[in-house]
Amino acid sequence: MDVQVPEKSKGEKTAAQQKIRGYAISAAVAAVVFLVIMLPFYWMIRTSLTFPAAIFQSPRSILPPQWTLGNFMRVLGLVSAEEAVSLGGTGQALGFFQAFRNSMIVTVSITVAQVFFSACAAYAFARFSFPFRDALFSLYVSALMVPIIVTVIPNFAFINELGWVNTFQGIIAPFFFMTPLAVFFMRQFFVSINKELEESAYLDGAGRVKTAFRIVFPMSTPALLTCVIIVSTNTWNEYLWMLITGRNQSVRVLTVALGIFRQQTPQGAPDWGGLMAGTMLAAIPITVMFLLLGKHVVNSIGHTGFR
Amino acid sequence: MAENSSGTAAEFSAGTLKHHPKRYNNEEVRAAVYMIIPSLIGFGLFFFYPALRGLHMSFTDWDLLTEANFIGLENYRRLIGDQYFWNSLKVTFLYVLYNIPIQTVIGLGLAVFMNHMKSSTAFRGMILLPWFIPNVVIGLLWLLLLNPVVGPVNLLLEGMGFSRIQFLRLPATALPSIAAINIWRHMGYTALLFFAGLQTIPDSIYEAARIDGASPFQAFKKITIPLLKPVMTFVVITSVIGSFQIFDTVAVTTEGGPMRSTEVMIWFIFEHAFQRFNMGYGAAATVVLFLILVGFTVTYMKTTRGGESDLG
Repeated sequence: MDVQVPEKSKGEKTAAQQKIRGYAISAAVAAVVFLVIMLPFYWMIRTSLTFPAAIFQSPRSILPPQWTLGNFMRVLGLVSAEEAVSLGGTGQALGFFQAFRNSMIVTVSITVAQVFFSACAAYAFARFSFPFRDALFSLYVSALMVPIIVTVIPNFAFINELGWVNTFQGIIAPFFFMTPLAVFFMRQFFVSINKELEESAYLDGAGRVKTAFRIVFPMSTPALLTCVIIVSTNTWNEYLWMLITGRNQSVRVLTVALGIFRQQTPQGAPDWGGLMAGTMLAAIPITVMFLLLGKHVVNSIGHTGFR
Repeated sequence: MAENSSGTAAEFSAGTLKHHPKRYNNEEVRAAVYMIIPSLIGFGLFFFYPALRGLHMSFTDWDLLTEANFIGLENYRRLIGDQYFWNSLKVTFLYVLYNIPIQTVIGLGLAVFMNHMKSSTAFRGMILLPWFIPNVVIGLLWLLLLNPVVGPVNLLLEGMGFSRIQFLRLPATALPSIAAINIWRHMGYTALLFFAGLQTIPDSIYEAARIDGASPFQAFKKITIPLLKPVMTFVVITSVIGSFQIFDTVAVTTEGGPMRSTEVMIWFIFEHAFQRFNMGYGAAATVVLFLILVGFTVTYMKTTRGGESDLG
């Protein structure tokens, strides 16, 4: 046998081994990150599907120790108080069905209006020249740096003076026409796209507003979609403003309903099954949107650094 | 086109847009007015006016029901003498101190890791997921996970031979626990920002360093870190500003307790303005918070010259 052959194969082997070890380390890191991110969510699902008493009896069980959909039926208010007690609840009325509907109303109206009006303003800032344009835009951008709490107190006073506390219009109004973030995000997009199409439309005699609606907005669907995702997520997740302007059951959104549920649940033995079923309801719409459109957002973060 | 070329991206971002005398096109101005008016109403009513009104309010004594009295700097004088305000400042600073360095290091580490992956889209999506879920939901979820009786974190600790810890019920561990929850929620977002920054660094620079015999660690220290400076500035400034405004997680987990150990500034403001209806006092505290954030941003930009990239 040739002496050189084993030596050569030995060298190749270490290179291959190194490569394998590299893959192994990467796989291990990826697995750890996966577990750290996903296990908490798994526990949320597991607990929401567990009969309340069993949560305390078998806290170590990886699978729900005693399966039930009762927690969801209770928080959605689909069962009577007596039935709720028999399902392991406290009999406390939980209007999460209404809260879910309220969250939808608030989120959809804010998102549609805010994205539309912000995109209009953004387009004007990006393309037209008019008096005070740059000063006005700088003012909008500087509002990005102001903490939300600074405007929350006076805005609450204003909504209160209008008699709009605990009404949908009161909750929606501050976010209806614009946020500096949405205008800024859309403007950055509009300045980055090619002007040629619009200019040829002008030459064909189309008006500027018409050109924006008929040509520019339709071809900006991806950016508008990203904006929709950001605005709707931020609205759905908002807590402080909704808490101070909409505590009343008739307009209470999910985040507020959850906060109140948490305050009312007994300290010693909280209704974990109900709480986790409630958090699931608040997380599901966002997660579904994320699964459908997340790729889109994942790729646009960093280029814009929104939020 | 008769229109001059002002307003291109390059000019704007460079901040060099000069006001050379120009004639406005009437049709264009009219179109702009139509398109801007709704946003201007919203901005005026809910951003500009309240900002001024908040400042004015901070000089008054107002309970939302009776007439406001102008009391000058009295609210600020009271804040200086209020030990609980100082406590909320201390708690907030501590929170930022726990949160930012760890979150930044983990985010950077994950970004470098993802930069070595062939295709990271699914992985990026996964680590971003917690950032999309409402703070309130994340707070309640961790309230369960850290629970001393049924929480899996404590069961795991016990399984490994440690004793259970009442994470959110002890003054010593409550604030670090809240910081940990938010690190968990934000690390993916931070990683994605760094990842986008890493993608702009040309491979050829690393290639050259490798040929010159630099170790991967040296390359990271001498190439990656300096070239990531603008991204680092963005990440640090935005996450510090965000951390100073922590509220939701505290509100659903500890409500400022135990023994005011998690009473952050927004919680302090929330209590005064919306539970005791000391609107002027709350407004004064928001002005202080705003000034702290402006001070931080300016100082950070100056000391690190953070806006300037070393690339090119």
